[in-house]
Amino acid sequence: MEFRRKDLLGIADLVPEEIHHILDTAASLKEISTRPIKKVPTLRGKTVVTVFYEPSTRTRMSFEIAAKRLSADTLNLTVAASSAVKGETLMDTAHNLEAMQPDVLVIRHPASGAPHFLARRLKCGVINAGDGLHEHPTQALLDLLTVQEAKDTLSGLKVAIIGDIAHSRVARSNIHAFSKMGSQVIVAGPATMLPPYLESLGVRVTCSLEEAVAGADVIMMLRLQLERMGQMFLSTLREYSRCFGLSLRHLEMAKPEAIVMHPGPLNRGVEISPEVADSARSVILQQVTNGVAIRMAMLYLLIGGEKA
Amino acid sequence: MSLLITGGLLVDPSQGLEASRDLLIEQGKVAALEPAGTIAQDRHRVIDASNLVVTPGLIDMHVHLREPGEEYKETILTGTRAAVAGGFTAVAAMPNTKPVNDNAAVTRFILEAAQAAGLARVYPVGAISMGSLGQTLSEYGDQKEAGAVAFSDDGQPVMNAMLMRRALEYARTFEVPLIAHEEDLALRAAGVMHEGRVSLELGLRGIPAAAEESMIFRDLALLQLTGGRLHIAHVSAFGSVALIRTAKAAGLAVTAETAPHYFSLTDEAVYGYDTLAKVNPPLRSAADVAAIKAGLKDGTLDVIACDHAPHTSLEKDLEFEAAAFGLIGLETSLGLSLKLVHDGVLNLSQLVAKMSPHPARILGVPGGTLAPGSIADVTLIDLNREWTVDVNTFASKSRNCPFHGWTLQGRAVMTIVGGKVVWKE
Repeated sequence: MEFRRKDLLGIADLVPEEIHHILDTAASLKEISTRPIKKVPTLRGKTVVTVFYEPSTRTRMSFEIAAKRLSADTLNLTVAASSAVKGETLMDTAHNLEAMQPDVLVIRHPASGAPHFLARRLKCGVINAGDGLHEHPTQALLDLLTVQEAKDTLSGLKVAIIGDIAHSRVARSNIHAFSKMGSQVIVAGPATMLPPYLESLGVRVTCSLEEAVAGADVIMMLRLQLERMGQMFLSTLREYSRCFGLSLRHLEMAKPEAIVMHPGPLNRGVEISPEVADSARSVILQQVTNGVAIRMAMLYLLIGGEKA
Repeated sequence: MSLLITGGLLVDPSQGLEASRDLLIEQGKVAALEPAGTIAQDRHRVIDASNLVVTPGLIDMHVHLREPGEEYKETILTGTRAAVAGGFTAVAAMPNTKPVNDNAAVTRFILEAAQAAGLARVYPVGAISMGSLGQTLSEYGDQKEAGAVAFSDDGQPVMNAMLMRRALEYARTFEVPLIAHEEDLALRAAGVMHEGRVSLELGLRGIPAAAEESMIFRDLALLQLTGGRLHIAHVSAFGSVALIRTAKAAGLAVTAETAPHYFSLTDEAVYGYDTLAKVNPPLRSAADVAAIKAGLKDGTLDVIACDHAPHTSLEKDLEFEAAAFGLIGLETSLGLSLKLVHDGVLNLSQLVAKMSPHPARILGVPGGTLAPGSIADVTLIDLNREWTVDVNTFASKSRNCPFHGWTLQGRAVMTIVGGKVVWKE
């Protein structure tokens, strides 16, 4: 198939065929990263600008490595050094960046919908690298790729997502992603972190970690954002980790070959015990590796190939 | 100069009248109201109102004119231009200007500017508390004398229950109503839209209906305690309608309003992160819209007022959570409200009652009637005219209207204030 989008804004907009196409593209590009010379000329002469209004290490590095492996030029706008602190609006910043004629803008922003706002106004492509509480589509795609590699399928699986569903763009994107591919998603966490109407997204909802992991093929732990402490979502970290932290005993309730995922960075000993994080069941580092492949695929599909 | 309006269908709920009548205006007052054809035409300027509806001048009791302080959004002149173009002969101006209208000097400034504009009447609403900061009562007596007709901290809910109690009592002292913006700010927190299925999908923080309902419950309990009069602004939620209905049945002196956007749009208007649909209280679910219509129909909601809230691209052309709350409504309010009549939710008299005599009675201002001797504020309406909303033709300085491009049926074609034609098509 031909990928005809200008932007990647969210998983909610994609149809399953597009997702398969992205995953297939990523799988074929993944090999480049294992070569002695990890570089192909595919995006030579293209410019990728990353604009991050929130701190990030791996997502930003992952995009940059992906762009470089495809020979694109990369430029990073860091928020602390940017005009944002001088009061420039998001739109003015974007128009100024566009005036330098990049081919694609990768944006992370604390406001849900900020990439959509830019995509409507800019001619260049926009990739959402995380917007507020809304979506983080490349994360969900790399999660799909990782599960597909481990399970050889994306349908008929039971996928448990555990933690702060209310504030997690990773959870939203993954709920859409796994549901679209034909798997059943069950989410669990304290009720303070399970927003009303979750069922309308087609997921099962429980407050019990045990119930969520029972018979699961995939267990995805979300990072507990420590700033939620003191915002009335939780009592103590100790209680959170006792009730919602994944430990070895939970793995025994899941399917024997179940895998454990985490978008990182880990709070070891909070949402995930060190034993689980370092166990053979953990695919956390494969996720990071696949992140590069997925971002190479997205850059290629948006600005490479036949549309060049 | 006398004016004879002939051949129209006169709809005046204050007199229980819905019949063909000729209306004679002399010296700014209604001089006569007689069966069609019975007033001799030769001595008057005649306005042919055949196929039109003639109503007491429409009154919007909840608008933001932005002057003084934010004249780049709207002024008293442009705001009253928008009012008369929408068929309104009078508006009540909320006090959240800069400075806040919490004293007689600002009240007088507003009245003088309105006088100079010479279009719609403007009734200033004073602040409940100094600076609308929720700490000290402002000078209700002094402001009433200067012309304030009601008191409200609209936009800044009174979070302190003791202050609200004292405000109700203090307002009773001067026989003025309080207009309450009902919202628990702690429960709203960083919310930017209705909390529901759409906020979940869009990843936008929600404002639960309970933030409105719980404060209405509090203020009804306080009203029971203190006596006085309470008018509840911009009701948006299912539970709010139920609470007000119960309070009215129990005999409390409470009245309430809703705005056209709360019966015309749901939270789905926010899809695409459309900041024009960002308003407070937020657009809610289809069930809430149905409850608002039911509340209008059974009389729980007394008034339709548009909460005209002008903003420019500086406040609206931003990421959703950074954009300001509010939309403008003076030039679409009547057209959207007439849909209730076309759809059989209200009959014409019921609608006119909510847009003229009811707000006049609640605010204690003249108008709301065409009984002989009353002020000659009149709106002429073409019920069936189809027209397309085009913000580029608006008299308002601002363009933040989510109804651009909508086709509406029915609009005002002439607005008369004090016997003077201040606007016509």
